Amino acid sequence: MTKEHANWSPYDNNGGSCVAIAGANYCVIAADTRMSTGYSILTRDYSKICKLADKAVLASSGFQADVKALQKHLAAKHLIYQHQHNKQMSCPAMAQLLSNTLYYKRFFPYYAFNVLGGLDSEGKGCVFTYDAVGSYERVGYSSQGSGSTLIIPFLDNQLKSPSPLLLPAVDAVTPLSEAEAIDLVKTVFASATERDIYTGDRLEIVVLNADGTRYEYMELRKD
Amino acid sequence: MESNQAKPGLLCNPDASQRTLYPYVTGTSVVALKYKDGILMAADMGGSYGSTLRYKSVERMKPIGKHSLLGASGEISDFQELLRYLDELILYDNMWDDGNSLGPKEVHNYLTRVMYNRRNKFNPLWNSLVLGGVKKGQKYLGMVSMIGVNFEDNHVATGFGNHLARPILRDEWHENLTFEEGVKLLEKCMRVLLYRDRSAVNKLQISKITEEGVTISQPYSLKTFWGFSAFENPTLGAEGSW
Repeated sequence: MTKEHANWSPYDNNGGSCVAIAGANYCVIAADTRMSTGYSILTRDYSKICKLADKAVLASSGFQADVKALQKHLAAKHLIYQHQHNKQMSCPAMAQLLSNTLYYKRFFPYYAFNVLGGLDSEGKGCVFTYDAVGSYERVGYSSQGSGSTLIIPFLDNQLKSPSPLLLPAVDAVTPLSEAEAIDLVKTVFASATERDIYTGDRLEIVVLNADGTRYEYMELRKD
Repeated sequence: MESNQAKPGLLCNPDASQRTLYPYVTGTSVVALKYKDGILMAADMGGSYGSTLRYKSVERMKPIGKHSLLGASGEISDFQELLRYLDELILYDNMWDDGNSLGPKEVHNYLTRVMYNRRNKFNPLWNSLVLGGVKKGQKYLGMVSMIGVNFEDNHVATGFGNHLARPILRDEWHENLTFEEGVKLLEKCMRVLLYRDRSAVNKLQISKITEEGVTISQPYSLKTFWGFSAFENPTLGAEGSW
């Protein structure tokens, strides 16, 4: 007999896009605030950005319940780290922790697509980009989530990052000023919102620099 | 030789393990909104056995502790089990006798963890839950799904309500709704659901939670109108059908 009752999946895709751009002395991390399921919008004001440490900010899309569990786990680990070392975790350390945390659940993965942005020990911008099972890479800019297929080629075209194959290695940080990077982020989200139904409503931008952390918001299309 | 082929019951004994694979008796949409003094919530009293309307007096909204109100759609028995968990939670919290009590935010977070934990065990509670409450002047309204997806908003609705009621709420909701305006808005939503959701029934309750506590209304019906000419003879103009 064909099944005629409801069935369930332990996963859902709640959509959303994340972007991070690293500069010489800043890092911009951004994500939209729409949360969807299928063709329905659940809420128009859900933050996908989580400030894990003074100099490490995580933006995640995918399955909201997994993302929340991941954020809580990392926050708890960071609290223990502070008690043991009496300092904030660095962004590269948080990056390795996130990778290990994701791989720990390799065979029942967190359905979460992460971009981690922050400042390294020299105050230089850094961006780490992940897949759901923990493969990660340090890059100059990145995008993850439902709109990433629209955003990445645009960033590639505008930022012309040096090939990672070059020897000696060339720094991956973008040549843009902080204000230019913020403008670029606003543009890519406005564009992605036009075509990606899972991206929209509002844009949340976090800017990290030597002065600290700053939040900015921009309205996006709500259709 | 022992075969190393997976045998049924090798990893889990099918006799010892029982889990919800699909729901039996289900309730349909719950709709809720914030208003001036607190939260208003509406749900009908139907309990469907598949597509059969099996029960007609199911209470799907219950007070939790002093400051919260829980509404549920989905499997009724899972909801009733959840109420037993919550009764114990509130009881043990009371036994501290320290004058503190769990607020809606805490209860919502607890529900979130229960739902997500059960999905991790591949044994979900088959519900969409709405939790509203007021504590220390703070209004709270949130939702949790079967697999642990959760959020807060000014108005929420489960199931069909998300398709049919929320567009109305997005149009007409505002921060300073009075009690009367709130009830009118909820009734408008419930009427649309009654007309378009086949498992909705015309017997509902509206509940209110404010700083003063929970009030759940007696069951009542909405006024409906079925006398449209298109309803009188539905096969007119469809010649050749039976």
